[in-house]
Amino acid sequence: MKLFTELYVELDQTNKTNEKVEALRFYFERAAPSDAAWAFYFLSGRKPRQIVPSKLLRQWAIELAGIPEWLYEESRDTVGDGSETIALLLPNNATVDETPLHILVEQKLLPLRGAAEEIQREEVTSRWSEMSYSQRLVYNKLISGSFRVGVSQQLVVRALSQISELPPDIVAHRAMGDWEPTPEFFNHLIDPDLDTDETPIARPYPFHLAHQADFPIEGLGRPSDWQVEWKWDGIRSQVIKRSDEVFMWSRGEDLITERFPELAAAAKSLPNGTVLDGEILPWLDDRVLPFTELQKRIGRKNLSAKILAEVPIILQAYDLIEFEGRDIRTVDFRTRREMLQRLVSGFDESVGKVIRITESVEAADWAHLAEIRERSRTLGVEGFMLKRFDSPYRVGRHRGDWWKWKIDPLTIDAVLIYAQKGTGKRANLFTDYTFAVWKGKDLVPFAKAYSGLTDAEIRKVDRYVRDNTVETFGPVRAVKPQLVFEIAFEALQRSTRHKSGVAVRFPRILRWRDDKKIEDADSLDTIFAMLDAFQNPANA
Amino acid sequence: MAKNGLITLTSRGLYCGQGDFYIDPWKPVSRAVITHAHADHTYRGNQEYLVPAEGERLFRIRLGDEASIATQGYGQTRLINGVKVSFHPAGHVLGSAQVRVEYKGEVWVISGDYKLMPDATCAPFEAVKCHHFVTEATFGLPIYRWQPTEFIFEDINSWWRRNQEKEKASVLFAYSLGKSQRIMNGIERLIGKIFTHGAVERLTQAYREHGVDVPDTTYVGSVENRKEFIGSLVIAPPSAQQAVGWLRRFGKHSTGFASGWMMVRGARRQRAVDRGFVLSDHADWPELLKAIASAEAETVYVTHGFSEEVVRFLNENGQNAIPLKTQFVGDAVAEEIFGSEEGSAEAPPA
Repeated sequence: MKLFTELYVELDQTNKTNEKVEALRFYFERAAPSDAAWAFYFLSGRKPRQIVPSKLLRQWAIELAGIPEWLYEESRDTVGDGSETIALLLPNNATVDETPLHILVEQKLLPLRGAAEEIQREEVTSRWSEMSYSQRLVYNKLISGSFRVGVSQQLVVRALSQISELPPDIVAHRAMGDWEPTPEFFNHLIDPDLDTDETPIARPYPFHLAHQADFPIEGLGRPSDWQVEWKWDGIRSQVIKRSDEVFMWSRGEDLITERFPELAAAAKSLPNGTVLDGEILPWLDDRVLPFTELQKRIGRKNLSAKILAEVPIILQAYDLIEFEGRDIRTVDFRTRREMLQRLVSGFDESVGKVIRITESVEAADWAHLAEIRERSRTLGVEGFMLKRFDSPYRVGRHRGDWWKWKIDPLTIDAVLIYAQKGTGKRANLFTDYTFAVWKGKDLVPFAKAYSGLTDAEIRKVDRYVRDNTVETFGPVRAVKPQLVFEIAFEALQRSTRHKSGVAVRFPRILRWRDDKKIEDADSLDTIFAMLDAFQNPANA
Repeated sequence: MAKNGLITLTSRGLYCGQGDFYIDPWKPVSRAVITHAHADHTYRGNQEYLVPAEGERLFRIRLGDEASIATQGYGQTRLINGVKVSFHPAGHVLGSAQVRVEYKGEVWVISGDYKLMPDATCAPFEAVKCHHFVTEATFGLPIYRWQPTEFIFEDINSWWRRNQEKEKASVLFAYSLGKSQRIMNGIERLIGKIFTHGAVERLTQAYREHGVDVPDTTYVGSVENRKEFIGSLVIAPPSAQQAVGWLRRFGKHSTGFASGWMMVRGARRQRAVDRGFVLSDHADWPELLKAIASAEAETVYVTHGFSEEVVRFLNENGQNAIPLKTQFVGDAVAEEIFGSEEGSAEAPPA
């Protein structure tokens, strides 16, 4: 716990990648494999189900600190994080808890799940009293299932690759999918002498990720070197068929096979030793449904026949990365795509309805492609994906072979009307804003946005909010309407749940329009005109 | 605050009608009594100033040679139109005072900014009993509880040493008046050379003139060979963090920020510095409660910071408290809103 807390503090204290890697190396070179396995487990974003409800932690901390409940809430709003608030509210000890991480997790934490509240309370509060402030913070995060620290799995993999002298791609692949944080697992993860990498049947490959093209598209050379396809907005997924079993993984490495039974059933007919990469989409009457429809399915434990009929899904497959049990990621994309085409063309009709191959868009030059791309909103896509024909399937995000060529977002000028304090990095600053547009003589709330301003602008707006609050509703401040911002978003959808009658997807602040007065802000009419122009399917 | 009381809140600041003077006014007035030399309490443009003598040089730097400044030592009393006015140490920064105002047996204490924790660079806070106590609440939440300063100085020392081993400069952002000098006084001065930003250098010189023990410093702008910065400590105001050009001269460096706000991780990350040191010249939660209790006032007026929270807590605990909407801001925020007196980050000391 001591060494792991030190690692956490180091990682939390620096923004510099090489210092983070250095801290990770320092830790993994010293930690016992039994501890290192758990550290890797937590650092790679995995978490055990909540052990003790945060509500109870909060209640015990309030009692120990001897403060009223509202003052805890105010403190939490300022800190932006429950675990940290609790750690700060209790007296800071000079003592340090020396329990090894794996003992703490396996023998002290996990057995608490489902234990009687009195036993939980006794264990947790006596731990708190022995821990330093930082340890308490880490401990609270582990116990409430909210452990997060600013490192990507890629960074952890890089540190382990340096220690083991294995290529990062090998380590990344060994870390995919489901595994138990045991010393055996950890030793295996960094074992340079293990030459046969026998893949557990469920293990997916690290996803190849694309960057947004932030340059004139002609810079990519001849269009004929590129596969151009529509960029679908669904759930990125790897569909695996091995040893007569189907496994479907999301980008966040969640096993989602049971969420999409129709796709799982179709994938049963894939030959063993096949891995597809593609996008799961809600699909009805030969067109994609809004993403929110898919969310209805994701949120549900039991999928009724009704919802399956209302929101059917398909897979738009765009890559084949394992075939006949062979990892073909190093094979060029053109060949992989031909193999995928052959595979898909052999499907029965029932399977072919669910597993499709993305359409290739072809045109003589970029200008024509740009014209075709204008159809994106009517098709319900985000633009194009561009994939170099001679590229391999890489690990993680790379510049060069895959590009997103998205359409420009829709924009609207809106007025700041409500503000709320942010969380985490933005705690104690008013950073969560609600924007309004005109409906006749009234300003109606239209979108919430959190990001897009510089730190300096955030501080200015924060000051404005504090000085111009006209009314307070709990944590929300209504401010004098005066500031105008340009808000960008990806899509619009009719909605009866919103006062304005529309829901927006991915709203964010594009820029502060301090050159504009509130009279210059847009009206709902403009927004409805946009809706009509793109004929988004109504969704009342 | 009663409309016809001894002290009232006006659009220019806290006003004593009987004495016809303002305390820390934010708009120009004829007579201003000042608690301390931070920018949100000491504005230019007033006709006459009365300031604590213990911080005279600092006020002079803030207000310029033209300003008409009268001084008065801690504990001394003067009568202004029959109102008794005296200064009492606030422990905030050098020459910081609580202003005690008395008329016909009614006593007010306007405490300005204050802390109770020991600080070798200024006189310690003195509890003054009164009927009406005006307190700040910059850190008025129970999550703010300072550690003993020795620990913080030791953290700064080891950060500096570690950077030195890596041949990096340590650039520490701290409020140029008070915090900077307190840090330099408290850290291990044998580790290496200390350089200062122009804003810090000038105020540090004023501290020395007042007899405060501050180690030798060199103004950054006077350095020609940039290799001198390797392994050194640089003290600069928070605003210098945005001055990328100014920072470039230090080559490889690590950044730190010393402020009470660093108590919360989110605030530190928002600052985007390598290290945050929790060091404040304001009272933390237990100190606020202690200072308020020791004033034994009938009414407590709570200004800037978490004033509403402190008021509610006091009211629930049987103390009559009222929030007061002033334009004071507290802590390092002031320097960013008002800018350091010297204007640009490149400005040399006078």
